[in-house]
Amino acid sequence: MDSKESTMNLPARRQKEVLARRVAQDIPDGSYVNLGIGMPTLVANQLPPGREIILHSENGILGMGPAAAEGQEDFDLINAGKQAVTLLPGGAFFHHADSFAMMRGGHIDICVLGAFQVSATGDLANWSTGEADAIPAVGGAMDLAVGARQTWVMMDLLTKSGVSKIVERCSYPLTGLGCVKRIYTDLATFDCSTEGLRVVDRVEGLSHAELERLVGLPLRA
Amino acid sequence: MINKIAASVAEALAGTQDGATVLIGGFGTAGIPAELIDGLIDQGARDLTVVNNNAGNGEHGLAALLKAGRVRKIICSFPRQADSGVFDGLYRAGRVELELVPQGNLAERLRAAGAGIGAFFCPTAFGTELAAGKETREINGRQHVLEYPIHGDVALIKAERGDRWGNLTYRMSARNFGPVMAMAARHTVASVHELVELGQLDPEQVVTPGIFVRRVVRVPRLATAGGGFKAAV
Repeated sequence: MDSKESTMNLPARRQKEVLARRVAQDIPDGSYVNLGIGMPTLVANQLPPGREIILHSENGILGMGPAAAEGQEDFDLINAGKQAVTLLPGGAFFHHADSFAMMRGGHIDICVLGAFQVSATGDLANWSTGEADAIPAVGGAMDLAVGARQTWVMMDLLTKSGVSKIVERCSYPLTGLGCVKRIYTDLATFDCSTEGLRVVDRVEGLSHAELERLVGLPLRA
Repeated sequence: MINKIAASVAEALAGTQDGATVLIGGFGTAGIPAELIDGLIDQGARDLTVVNNNAGNGEHGLAALLKAGRVRKIICSFPRQADSGVFDGLYRAGRVELELVPQGNLAERLRAAGAGIGAFFCPTAFGTELAAGKETREINGRQHVLEYPIHGDVALIKAERGDRWGNLTYRMSARNFGPVMAMAARHTVASVHELVELGQLDPEQVVTPGIFVRRVVRVPRLATAGGGFKAAV
């Protein structure tokens, strides 16, 4: 696709905070949630008031609170991104094997991850670009992707050069097979299944046909 | 009488062999046994296999051990960081071997070693390049990958309080890999900020029972700022 030209007249995208709010709206009261490093972290600031949602951090925290105030950082209390955080009343600490048992044992209700690519059937690629001289690093991505009861992806729909990150088959190294249930993007929200993609919502001014052209794959309404 | 308290880091680490597998606790700024790693550099063992979540930061700690040319292989989940230059250089030059392991497999393989489990099947990484060449099996309709335990000869962990039987408590997210590494190694050395008499640790609060610990050594806590404890830098 001649990408630059084809993305010039797109309707207004969801800003990051708006996208984070869109994700947060769908997290039910009482959920145990793990937010991946990067854009998904923003969801923590948009959780709807009145819902009790417990955040898990892979390094052994449940009930993680907001970032620590400047001057109050305690470097024994950090999140997976190594930033100083706080603990809510009722929070708990535990060791790494227990923490990953929470993911791998299906106890975490929802994880929200960033992605390089997601396939129409929910394959996820988010840990490596596969470049020859890159130092590989996987962290907890593969455990979360297949272990959480629901894996959601939060990302921009298009790369900077205008190519869809939702693809028929991932070309980047895989994180997990068929593990993504829902993709929240700056232009639309999708459900993934063995039957392919279904559009949950679109930003105002973006037609179904235009969205299908951007993704380059058949989309059910 | 059982007395696991070592008078010094050097005493606690004496006897570490060349070629040993050394499990090193810590995640980010929390739970890194910095004084014990420095002690290992002084002790001199080489050709080590090191197990840690990361592959060293800056020029201190694990990065310094790497820079001293003492590490043959690293088993970790996340080597690439903004300040992992020492590892990056050695890896690109082919001077250190890397076994990249999903973090949950790292924790569970350590736990399995400590619990006498011969191997386990787990869905993590199925269908990815990190499961390439590994045995797989379909269990209850889901594909699993066979994973083997990681046994340590030595574990270096950072705890908060300890007694002469080796019972340990930890502080907040500094607990991370400490308890499973303590179980997985034959010679576990724990640094603590406070040594207490037997019975002073509430038995309901003991996280690592002393049976998993061989040596306890006290190291002073670093300066505090803003009510918190600063990174071990």
